[in-house]
Amino acid sequence: MKQKIINILNEIRPEFEFTSGIDFISAGMLDSFDVLTLVNELEEKFGISIDGLDIVPENFCTIESIVGIINKNE
Amino acid sequence: MKFKFLNKKITGILTVLPENEVTFEEGIKNYNFTETQSKKLKKVMGYDKRRVVKDGVCSSDLASEGLEYLFKNKLLVKDDIDALLFITQTPDYILPATSNILQDKFGLKRDMFCLDINQGCGGFMAGLLQALIMLDQEEINKVVLINADVLSRKVSIKDRNSNPIVGDAASITVIESVKEESPIYLSLKMDASGVHDVVIPAGGMRLPSTNKTSEMKEDESGNFRSLDNLIMKGDRVFNFVQREVPPMIEEILKYSNTDRNNINFFFCHQPNKFMLNKLADKINVPREKMPSNIVGKYGNSSGVCIPVTICDNLGSDLENNVYKVCFAGFGVGWTFGAAILELGDLSFNRIIEL
Repeated sequence: MKQKIINILNEIRPEFEFTSGIDFISAGMLDSFDVLTLVNELEEKFGISIDGLDIVPENFCTIESIVGIINKNE
Repeated sequence: MKFKFLNKKITGILTVLPENEVTFEEGIKNYNFTETQSKKLKKVMGYDKRRVVKDGVCSSDLASEGLEYLFKNKLLVKDDIDALLFITQTPDYILPATSNILQDKFGLKRDMFCLDINQGCGGFMAGLLQALIMLDQEEINKVVLINADVLSRKVSIKDRNSNPIVGDAASITVIESVKEESPIYLSLKMDASGVHDVVIPAGGMRLPSTNKTSEMKEDESGNFRSLDNLIMKGDRVFNFVQREVPPMIEEILKYSNTDRNNINFFFCHQPNKFMLNKLADKINVPREKMPSNIVGKYGNSSGVCIPVTICDNLGSDLENNVYKVCFAGFGVGWTFGAAILELGDLSFNRIIEL
């Protein structure tokens, strides 16, 4: 799952290297528009629907938090 | 706060759009986006075309075109207008009220009430509530509710938060007292915790516009704007809508004792396709019952969005048929409102261009 998430992130912002342990929001690698694009891609590629209330930066700031939000909304 | 109104009816809706159309692609060069980001964002948010006024066109110009059309085509009689409400964030002047400018321009009668209200994306709901309250008075039988904004004139073309969505438009909604009509249920709420999340900092008395306020500065996301421009914190808007609007719709469904499956259409404010799809999912209604096509067709025209969504999606169908509908408007303030009513058999429901 982690590699699939990294592939999605690389498609959205190919100029950055997305790896575990980095806070993508604080590092300026993802902004609020990227988060919405990421949600759309996650929903399409994992066949899930993410609750609107869960769409906050802290749920998409690391690989681990993204895994968590996918599991929550499966 | 919840309201119930008896024997009142929306009898006509007219939308006025500027002819001038711009595309998302035309603006891309001004934003701090990569091409990949732009393409993905266009798909997710539904960005495409927008209607914006040319230099110098004011809110009252759009409204005047609509009023002239209605008078000329005998769809509205001047002396029948007992109240004129003008809802805008972009008035022609700080004073006088734009409603008075229109009263003078069209020679409307003196025994009437003209009122401007400063409201944005929740402005159709605020205006509708005010119109319905006025119609409870014996001497007021017909209210003309005008929503109009030319907010594109206050948005920096280098602001990717706001510029890709903003559109200009006006709408004229006629609301009347009638002998017998199904109740109109309406809920309106205010939450000023978001009062600084959508703001134009300069231009009022607190910070008058000067050469200094017009200086363009870059923010942390690479947007360039001045203090004279609109600042919209998109993530805060999104969270507000997801948090507050679904419970409000649930509340009005319960108050009106309406099964959501019996609602034919949910006509909502049009911030972007993504937000509306999430809203439809949250309240468990099919996305096709909540049209989200307006931001990509005409742009987000603040308080005009609900009328333009109705005119565009149903058009003359509403001149012959009646539907059970839910309105939901939400925006600057925060102001948010919802209504449930029977809508149809209208004298007019159409779009014209200026």
